[in-house]
Amino acid sequence: MNFHKVRSLTALGALLAAGVANTGQAGAAELTLCWAAWDPANALVELSKDFEAKSGNTMKFEFVPWPNFADRMLNELNSGGKLCDLLIGDSQWIGGAAENGQYVKLNDFFDKEGIKMDDFIPATVVGYAEWPKNSPNYWALPAFGDVVGWSYRKDWFARPELQAEFKQKYGRDLAVPKTFAELKDIAEFFQKREIDGKTVYGAAIYTERGSEGITMGVMDVLYSFGFQYENPDKPYELDGYVNSAKAVAGLEFYKELYNCCTPPGHSDAYMSEDIDAYKSGQVALHMNFAFTWPGINADPNVGGDKSGYFPNPAGPDGVAFAQLGGQGISVVAASEKQEEALAYIKWFAQPEVQQKWWQMGGYSALRKVVEDPGFATSQPYAQTFLDSMAIVKDFWAEPSYASLLQAAQKRFHDYVVAGQGTAQEALDGLAKDWTQVFDDEGKY
Amino acid sequence: MLKSSVERVAEATPHAIAKRMHGLSDRALAWLFVAPSIVLLLAVNIFPLIWTIRLSFTNFRVNRPNAEVEFVGLKNYLNILSDRDIWLTMQATAHFLIWTIVLQVLIGFSLAYLINKKFRGNDLWTTIIVLPMMLSPAVVGNFWTFLYQPQIGLFNYAVGFLTGADPSSFSMIGDVSLAPWAIVIVDTWMWTPFVMLICLAGLRSIPPSIYEAAECDRASKWRQFWTITIPLVLPFLMLAVLFRGIENFKMFDLVVQLTGGGPGSITELTSINLKREAFEKWRTGYASAYAVILFVTVFGLASIYVKALNKVKQR
Repeated sequence: MNFHKVRSLTALGALLAAGVANTGQAGAAELTLCWAAWDPANALVELSKDFEAKSGNTMKFEFVPWPNFADRMLNELNSGGKLCDLLIGDSQWIGGAAENGQYVKLNDFFDKEGIKMDDFIPATVVGYAEWPKNSPNYWALPAFGDVVGWSYRKDWFARPELQAEFKQKYGRDLAVPKTFAELKDIAEFFQKREIDGKTVYGAAIYTERGSEGITMGVMDVLYSFGFQYENPDKPYELDGYVNSAKAVAGLEFYKELYNCCTPPGHSDAYMSEDIDAYKSGQVALHMNFAFTWPGINADPNVGGDKSGYFPNPAGPDGVAFAQLGGQGISVVAASEKQEEALAYIKWFAQPEVQQKWWQMGGYSALRKVVEDPGFATSQPYAQTFLDSMAIVKDFWAEPSYASLLQAAQKRFHDYVVAGQGTAQEALDGLAKDWTQVFDDEGKY
Repeated sequence: MLKSSVERVAEATPHAIAKRMHGLSDRALAWLFVAPSIVLLLAVNIFPLIWTIRLSFTNFRVNRPNAEVEFVGLKNYLNILSDRDIWLTMQATAHFLIWTIVLQVLIGFSLAYLINKKFRGNDLWTTIIVLPMMLSPAVVGNFWTFLYQPQIGLFNYAVGFLTGADPSSFSMIGDVSLAPWAIVIVDTWMWTPFVMLICLAGLRSIPPSIYEAAECDRASKWRQFWTITIPLVLPFLMLAVLFRGIENFKMFDLVVQLTGGGPGSITELTSINLKREAFEKWRTGYASAYAVILFVTVFGLASIYVKALNKVKQR
C-alpha cells in the first residue's frame, strides 16, 4: 500500500468518524415547519437560522400558497401525516386539531419552560392558542398577529384639487374615514376617476369564492354593524343573531360597496388580488390583512409617504370591530421529533427573538414587543396594527369550522357577487345551514 | 357451453411452457399469470369502490377519527337527492356538458373535414390546432383568467374591438349570465382538437374507392357527404362524444382555476361540489353517497351509449 492510499483511507476514516460524531450530537434533527407561502414565511426562514446555529438542528420549510393551504394541511393532519413537525396553522383549526388529538397540548411545556400566556396579546391567546375558547388549555404559541385593516392612497387624499372637490360634494374633508358610510363615500368619489391619466377605482375588497376570502371580508364589516354569531346567553342559538336586522344592513352595505366601488372583474379577489390592485395604483382604498403593510410600505410605487393605514371604521352604532387573522405555532402530534419541535417553540418565545421577528416583518404577539414605547412609531403602520388588534373578533373555531365556513362562502358569494336573492334570505339561509351543522354535531 | 376467458387462455398456452412448470396444470398456470392483474385491480379499483359504498351508509367523517361511526341507512342518499343546491350543480354540469359536446363536435368535425383536404401547410396547421390539448388544464384555466380580465384581457379587448363595447364593461367570469359560457368557451378551445383528431382518423379510414364509385354514379358532393362521409365517420364521432362526455362530467381542474365555481355557485359543477363536501367540509359518508350516485349515473349513461355505439358500428 503506497503513501497516497494510506492518506486517502485516513481521510475517509476521519470523514466517517466526523459523520458519526455529528449524528451523535444531542438534539440534532431536521425539523419541518409548515406554513402558508407568503412574505412572513420568508422572514421566518431568515429568523430560524439563529435557531439552527444555537440548537444544531436544521430547519426545513413546507410553504403552501394560501388558496391551497387549508386543504393541504388539514389533509395532512387528518391523515396522520408526518410531513410537519411544527405547524403554523390558521386560528380556526384549533378546535378540530385539539379535539381530534392532532396538536400536542402545551400546558405542561409552558409551565416547565416558564412561558406565560399573560405575556402575549390577549386576543391572540384566545384566537390562536386556546381550546375551548376562554379556557386555560393551550395548543399553540401565538406566532403571528394579524388583523384585517385598510391602507389608502395618502398622496391622492392630499391633492388640493381632490380635497376641494370632495369637500364641495360631501361637506367634509377628504380624510381617513371614521365610519363605513364615510368609507363608501370616499370609494365612490374615487371610482372611475382619472388620476395622472389613468382610470382608478374606489376600493379593493375581499370577494374570493374558493377558500375563505369573501367571508373574511363580509365578517369584517358585519361585526361593526352589530352581527353576532349566537345568543350570548345561550350558545348555538343563532336565529335572530346571525340574521338580525343589523347583520342584514351590514351585508347589504358590503354588496353596495362591491357594486359601486370595486375595479372591473373584482369578483374573485382575496389577499393577493387586492394587493396587486393596490400596488398597481388601481384603487384608493385597500382592505387586507396587516401582513401586507410592510410590503406596501417598501413598495416603490405606493410605499413610503404615498400610503397610510387605518383600522376598520365604525358601523352605524359607532362601534368598530375587525376580523382577526394570524396564527399560532403548534407541535404536530404525529411528529416523531416533538422534543426538538418544542425546543423551537421555546426559542421562538424568547423576547429578543420576538423583537427580531417584528423587525424582520413578522407581527409579534408578545406584549413586551408591542407595548414597548417605541413600537407605535417604529413603522408607519405599527399604531394601526395595535389599534386593530384591540378590536378583533374571529370566525367560528369549532371542530366543524370548515362546514360553517363553506356555508358562509356560498351564501355570501351568492348574494354579494352573483346578486341572487336578498341579504335577509342569505342570512336566513346561513343561520339555517349553521344550525344544521351544529345539530349534526349534537349541540342541541 | 361457453368457455371462460381463463380456460381459453389456458388452452392457448403453448404445451412446451406448461411442461416446464412442473406440478402446475395449464389452468393453474393461466391463473398465475392473470393473478397479479386481478389483485391489482381488486386493490385499486374494486376495494375502494366497495369501501365507498360501505361508507355511504354511515356518518363517518375522516377528520373525526375518534367519533363514533353510525349506520344511517339511506339518509345520505335521500338528503342528496332532495338537496336543491345539488340539483343546481347538476344543472350547471348538464349545461357545461351539453354545450361543450355540441360545440366540440361541430367545430371539431368541421376542422377535420378541412384538414383532410390536401393543401399546403396541412401538417403545420394540424400541429398548431392540436397545441391547446397538450397544455395542462390548470395552466389553461389560469391563463384564461387573464384573457378574460376586463381591463387587460385580450378576450375582452377582441370583443370590444368587434362590437364597439367597452372591454371593461363586462366580466366573463364575474357575471352570472356570462360565466357558464366562459367555461364552455375555454373547454371548447382546449378540447376541440381532440374531437378533430378522432374525426380525422375516421375520415382517413374511408376508402377513396367508395367516393370514386359514387362519382361514377354521379352522386353530388352533398349526397356523398350525407350518405358516405357521415355514416362512416359516425362511430368515430360517437366515440369522441363518449370520451368528452365522461371527461366533462368529472371536469374539475380547469373550472376551479377559472371561476372557483363562482360567481356564487353558478359554475359549481358536481365534481367541485363533491370535492367541497369530501375535502373541505369533511363529510366523508355523505360525500361517498354523492360519489356513488355520480358513479351510477355515469356508468349507466355510458353503458346505454356504448350499446348504441355498437349498434351503429354493426350497421
